[in-house]
Amino acid sequence: MGKTLAQKIWEDHVVRSAEGEPDLLYIDLQLIHEVTSAQAFDGLRLAGRKVRRPDLTIATEDHNTPTIDILKPIADPISKLQIDTLRNNAKEFGIRIHSLGDADQGVVHVVGPQLGITQPGMTIVCGDSHTSTHGAFGAIAFGIGTSEVEHVLATQTLPSKRPKTMAINIEGTLKTGVTAKDIILAIIAKIGTGGGQGYIIEYRGSAIRALSMEGRMTICNMSIEAGARAGLIAPDQTTFDYIKGKPHAPEDWDAALTYWKSLYTDADAKFDLEIDLNADELEPFVTWGTNPGQGLPLSGAVPNPADISDSEERGAAERALQYMGLEAGTPLKKIAIDTVFLGSCTNGRIEDLRAAADILKGKKIAPKLRMLVVPGSERVRQQAMKEGLDKVFLDAGAEWRNAGCSMCLGMNPDQLSVGERSASTSNRNFEGRQGKGGRTHLVSPLVAAATAIRGTLSSPADL
Amino acid sequence: MEKFIKHVGSGVPLRRSNVDTDQIIPAVYLKRVTRSGFEDGLFSAWRNDPDFVLNQEAYKKGTILVAGPEFGTGSSREHAVWALQNYGFKVVISSRFADIFRGNSLKSGLLTVVLPQESVEALWIAIEADPSLEITVDLDSRTVTYSDVTVAFELDDYTRWRLMEGLDDIGLTLKQTDFIDAFEAKRPAYKPKTLPIRI
Ligand code: SF4
Repeated sequence: MGKTLAQKIWEDHVVRSAEGEPDLLYIDLQLIHEVTSAQAFDGLRLAGRKVRRPDLTIATEDHNTPTIDILKPIADPISKLQIDTLRNNAKEFGIRIHSLGDADQGVVHVVGPQLGITQPGMTIVCGDSHTSTHGAFGAIAFGIGTSEVEHVLATQTLPSKRPKTMAINIEGTLKTGVTAKDIILAIIAKIGTGGGQGYIIEYRGSAIRALSMEGRMTICNMSIEAGARAGLIAPDQTTFDYIKGKPHAPEDWDAALTYWKSLYTDADAKFDLEIDLNADELEPFVTWGTNPGQGLPLSGAVPNPADISDSEERGAAERALQYMGLEAGTPLKKIAIDTVFLGSCTNGRIEDLRAAADILKGKKIAPKLRMLVVPGSERVRQQAMKEGLDKVFLDAGAEWRNAGCSMCLGMNPDQLSVGERSASTSNRNFEGRQGKGGRTHLVSPLVAAATAIRGTLSSPADL
Repeated sequence: MEKFIKHVGSGVPLRRSNVDTDQIIPAVYLKRVTRSGFEDGLFSAWRNDPDFVLNQEAYKKGTILVAGPEFGTGSSREHAVWALQNYGFKVVISSRFADIFRGNSLKSGLLTVVLPQESVEALWIAIEADPSLEITVDLDSRTVTYSDVTVAFELDDYTRWRLMEGLDDIGLTLKQTDFIDAFEAKRPAYKPKTLPIRI
């Protein structure tokens, strides 16, 4: 019987397998950032261990960094300590680091692909759940905890249980105004936040093949929001064209390409589970609740918990409406927004900024609304400025910031205040995710831009 | 890592589903560079609600958290595990855990036990009827016992052995260095390297 893409990559990385033990998996690349690495380096020091492969490791500063005045000392002393700790650890263990002010500083998952270090057929890990982003290149990429970060630093391997495989087939053509973000939000609403648990999801079908690399990254990024271990997409010409010419594209291009072209699911391979979705029917999607599975088409209305039969889900919906300050039955398009956040590893790449700028060009954001535009990396920021996108955002009344995670998780000063409502292109609408008491609606960059103009949740078609 | 063979303690019923890692410990608490002291951030958004279960006197001594399904979804932050441990929890019981959280907990010696939702409900009712109810979580026999009820749970032999011996995973893998060397010798040259830097 044939093999799935995930099985092929997995098997190419098994260092040792033994009955009754997890496979020992070789890791091709580890990405590091300031929040989940300090305790791992500490562990190495305590045990007198070295980093086995500094040349397969790269660090950037992103989660906790300021997005204004980046060259001044960081005001919050605890944040500063965390950044300084990362810089010192990188120096001590000989690891490449991209610090504030450097062209390749930015969100880890934006930086890997832009350097061409993320390539098909790799195993990639990072102490961050959205490592699944890199699966867009046909790599097995997953988030790990700090103990595992230490394990990979010391051994370049990870004992891992082989996940099951799921296929999500999305055939058809997206309507204008419907994006990769809407696909993934619709998938999570369909299968739930636990629907992907224990699986590597392979996204397949004509709608996926038609997407750019940016769009594919958006989809794979949010695999974790469906509970999956990882998400991936078979590499094709779109993938190869994206990598070609990037700084770390393979020197022996032909050898790499031959391998990459073998990376697909065999026609007779069997997935443990298959799910189908029709791209023709999709609409712009937004979330109304406090987990990414609580989403609906923008044309819908806030659901009535009384209509939900499952008692656990009903309770969750009641709590979500209370936290979100929403009334059942309110049309989603009537929900007024205070803050629009455009950025994050889900939608902070150049294509996302272009799409939003296209809508905002020559327009003004609604009075009293604030809009924060935070490029995913410094390189994205520079590219955007070359194209004059910064002017478009500034002229519209938005704030143009430096790169980082920013309001995606509100670790730095970019936070919502209690009761403040955001439309955010990030990936998590958990209670307090963007600041204590903040209320988040997840949206695509197009919906974010249209919402900024109208002041209520909107799609470009409403303008 | 401390050995985990058996734990006897009282329970804390957390009747909520989808308790994500941002609820367990919000991002603002993640700035520390140590593994300790995270108990102050545990469930911080709920801690100023006097009715919240951890604020009730009867549950102050609990060491076994009994939570709703999809516990630990969201971010990979191991701080969520440390926060639970720093607070004093030894075991978390739920009908479903998020994968990364579960992996992290079992690496750090916080035992996560998967029980069917009916058993979780029954346990909630029993604890709420008597908060001092003695609960025994026995890794050797893979059972949870209270009053006259015993429920079995599954955990793979390898993880169980590691926890019962209190073994350091890295030390175990370093014994396999020959296999790693042999694997690296065959790795294709076109695989990317981060050093030397190319821009
Ligand atoms: S942008 Fe958000 S989701 Fe992405 S790595 Fe940063 S905090 Fe995590």
